[in-house]
Amino acid sequence: MEQLVKKYAGKLISAGLAENPLVCGLDDEVVWNRPDDDIPILEQVLGGMNINSLICVEPAEPYLTIFRFLTSRYPETITPGDCETRTFLHDVPVIRDFASASILTHLRERKSVVVASDNNIRLITFGGVSPEQAFVSLSSVCFSAFVLFFADYLADCRQGTITKEQQRAFDKAVAELEPPHRTTPVLATGPFNSEQQVYQAIIEAGRFTVDYGLVDSYFGNISYRISQTIYISQTGSSLDALVGCIDPCPMDDSSCAGITASSELVAHDEIYKNTDNRAILHGHPKFAVILSMDCSDFDCINRGQCHIKCTGKRLIKDIPIVPGEVGTGPTGLCHTLPPAIQNKRGVIVWGHGLFTVARKDFNEAFKHLLEIENMCREEYFARARRC
Amino acid sequence: MLTSPNGWTGKILHIDLDTASIDALRPETEVYHKYIGGKGLAGYYLRPKVTLSWNHPRMPLLIFTGPLVGTAAPTSGRSTIMSRSPLTGTIADTSVGGRIGFQLKRAGWDGIVITGQSETPCGIEIDDDKVRIVDAGELWGKDTATVFSLLADGGRSVATIGPAAENGVCFAAVMVDKHHVAGRTGIGLCFAAKKLKYLSVQGSSKVRIHDRKKLYAAREEILRLTAASPILMGQHGFSCFGTGSIYDLMDSRRMMPTDNFRKTHFDRASELNAHAYKKRYDPGKHGCMGCHIRCKKIGRSAGYVGSSMPEFETMSHFTALIDNTDMDLVMQANTLCNHYGMDTISAAATLACYKEISGTKDLSGRLIPLLEEIGQGSTELGRQLGKGSFHYASSHNQQTASMSVKGLELPAYDPRGAYGMSLAYALATRGGCHLRAYPVSHEILRKPVATDRFTFSGKARIIKIAEDQNAIVDSLTACKFIFLGAGLEEYAGAFSAVTGVAATAQDLLKVGERIYYLERLMNSLNGFEAKDDDLPGRFFTEAGTSGNGIEVRPLDREAFLEARSRYYRIRGLDEDGRATKEKSKELGLAWNNS
Ligand code: SF4
Ligand SMILES: [Zn+2]
Repeated sequence: MEQLVKKYAGKLISAGLAENPLVCGLDDEVVWNRPDDDIPILEQVLGGMNINSLICVEPAEPYLTIFRFLTSRYPETITPGDCETRTFLHDVPVIRDFASASILTHLRERKSVVVASDNNIRLITFGGVSPEQAFVSLSSVCFSAFVLFFADYLADCRQGTITKEQQRAFDKAVAELEPPHRTTPVLATGPFNSEQQVYQAIIEAGRFTVDYGLVDSYFGNISYRISQTIYISQTGSSLDALVGCIDPCPMDDSSCAGITASSELVAHDEIYKNTDNRAILHGHPKFAVILSMDCSDFDCINRGQCHIKCTGKRLIKDIPIVPGEVGTGPTGLCHTLPPAIQNKRGVIVWGHGLFTVARKDFNEAFKHLLEIENMCREEYFARARRC
Repeated sequence: MLTSPNGWTGKILHIDLDTASIDALRPETEVYHKYIGGKGLAGYYLRPKVTLSWNHPRMPLLIFTGPLVGTAAPTSGRSTIMSRSPLTGTIADTSVGGRIGFQLKRAGWDGIVITGQSETPCGIEIDDDKVRIVDAGELWGKDTATVFSLLADGGRSVATIGPAAENGVCFAAVMVDKHHVAGRTGIGLCFAAKKLKYLSVQGSSKVRIHDRKKLYAAREEILRLTAASPILMGQHGFSCFGTGSIYDLMDSRRMMPTDNFRKTHFDRASELNAHAYKKRYDPGKHGCMGCHIRCKKIGRSAGYVGSSMPEFETMSHFTALIDNTDMDLVMQANTLCNHYGMDTISAAATLACYKEISGTKDLSGRLIPLLEEIGQGSTELGRQLGKGSFHYASSHNQQTASMSVKGLELPAYDPRGAYGMSLAYALATRGGCHLRAYPVSHEILRKPVATDRFTFSGKARIIKIAEDQNAIVDSLTACKFIFLGAGLEEYAGAFSAVTGVAATAQDLLKVGERIYYLERLMNSLNGFEAKDDDLPGRFFTEAGTSGNGIEVRPLDREAFLEARSRYYRIRGLDEDGRATKEKSKELGLAWNNS
């Protein structure tokens, strides 16, 4: 337990989500990563639920600024519209008191709660199996809040309803943003012919995707095709820790060992069957996600259901935006992404993330991922300036 | 009496076969709120009589649906059959699919309590509130396929035993609607003890829902999460290939019980996987009532049209465990077990035990004849094996060859490759069962997140929480598999929408804790304690088959015992694993039998 608790405390810091996180794990006794005055109240929370781990953090910037603003704008519930929220979080309740009773009321129903008292912001999440669950929820909460904050700003810009307070928060958050990466890493050169090479290339590209902030650890997926086998990251794996988490999946389905493969295997499979690509990289770069949700057609009949129903031929420069949900359902992205990516370097899935492809290796796929995100980032600020 | 009739019907059918009397029980609202339905309510009715022997006339046989059954909540067509196990002496509950729960609910009943023993073979026929006990002398001795062909009629649900139960097989099953099995712990024999051959139900009323809109919203969430689950709906998942889709994975993780658990890797696995069955038998999809995953598969190729395809456990135990490489033989064995009404896991594992003790090199030629001898009780050997592996091994003074916990044969996951599984097996209230805590979910299938399968660290609490969760799932009732995608959070939404009872995931977990603790309590009353919460010695002394970069060591006995002690503390048991008065009180469970 101690090891796990330390590991996730470290991950929260390296992911830029918190500077001084508080993490605990519980088997028969509770283990904290460090002492803190908050612990007595958090232990009451722990005692009131059937769980085994808890995380409580003050978010790092720019999330701190973002949450200060969002909790004043949405004093009871923050409801982001991106895919991670839709799939995992539903919504994020906000409370004012750092008191076990009110924390419990909300954590009993949701995966996270934001405590906004005075000028303090605390994000609290939990896990029933491992601190990793609490980490994943926390990272989703931050991602979703980021997306909501910037998407709201652009929408309000278009409507001319930006408030002073919003502008101040926006300026501060923007000032806290890491500058975009301008250079790409040098990755292993393909085409790869052996399993060994593929595993190494996937592990390397996955790690850089996280390092460059193009996906949060735990989300995204990555694959490479050699002949009739797709090597793909496993479901729920962290792209920065793929050792032992890559499944070889025969394209003729002759083995089901890939049952633990990413939920997007079907989409990858379709792409490989219909194009001559060898590599696919999927991340959740924030500005690509935000821009995909920015649509000026306020009267559209599909508004509110864009993520499954959008029929518009939307593009950001050369990059199509398609609807589609995670996985294989009738509104799954496995139906929309593969046709859209033919003859393209990448496709954005509405409110979800970006898929890029390459013929040889991950150098090209990574370059597309970064360039498209940088392009979206510039386009975002250009749109904000224009309105 | 139940105050609001949403979700539940408020009525439980009581049939006494001694007097052929039929009446309706109307439990208080509080009973429903405390035990929900399915496994929970069945346990509530078992508790007062649980110390009687399994074949005592007053021992109840319980069949219960849950509040979600018959509603739009996904996978909520399942129900529970419960009594005391002839095989293990523990409580015996099995979750079963098909339409039985659905029809029972629509007939206006939340469950059935059957007491007494009929003097002659009988059947129970239910059409809404018309309930009849009928003579089944003609059907006694008939196999389940024959019973279905005679009684199945449209949407009507039929549950029946086969000759195995009538001939005293301790792992006899109840077959439901042809393709669904209430398999484990010998629940079929409990039917036979009451001379009850079959149960046939049809109902015509709709289940009342508190808030339809909210129910549909919860349903949408659940469907979205299942669609996002590669294990359920992916191209190699349960929906496409059935539960057999984990066959390859178990072997590649070096967890496939081989040669009566003496090895953990089967050389021929890749030829006998779900893909191979799909190619040869061209199975179609089939599912329990109200399920969109439809993990059941039914053969369509010549000679196998309409045959249930083997589940993962059956595929694995009828190949690797007994060293058989003939796929047709697996199909035949599966069909035979279904027709005789026998649990395939216990049947195969008992044969593996026999193979080891008798030193038989190749069992394949004897497989089908032996299953027939067991099912028909036609030879002394068949009758001996019909008592299960533990009984058989003990009578040969070689208990170590019975790979069972509390006498229930282990399923197809080697615990040396997943330490949470070792705890789950040892601690399960019905004996060696993987489904109480289903740690396969995180140790192998990475859901909700992956855990390190080679450590006991943290596992005691994980097992406890998962047992609570699955207890509530089996009470609602829903299918455990869907929780590889959706969560209790979404199901709490469905429960509240259906019943109008406000409940969060954590509230439901608390109820699950009560339901599961009651099972521990009932086992304690029957003398079960720490020495019974243990694994066969082999796992602590012999290594599995390492390879693929995976080392499979023997389990560390001390670490196992420490983790078990932690579990006892977390669960609120005494250090010998027995239920305590204080914890029972805290959970609102009566300590005294009054
Ligand atoms: S997943 Fe399979 S076992 Fe579960 S309800 Fe559906 S068909 Fe039945
Ligand atoms: Zn994604």
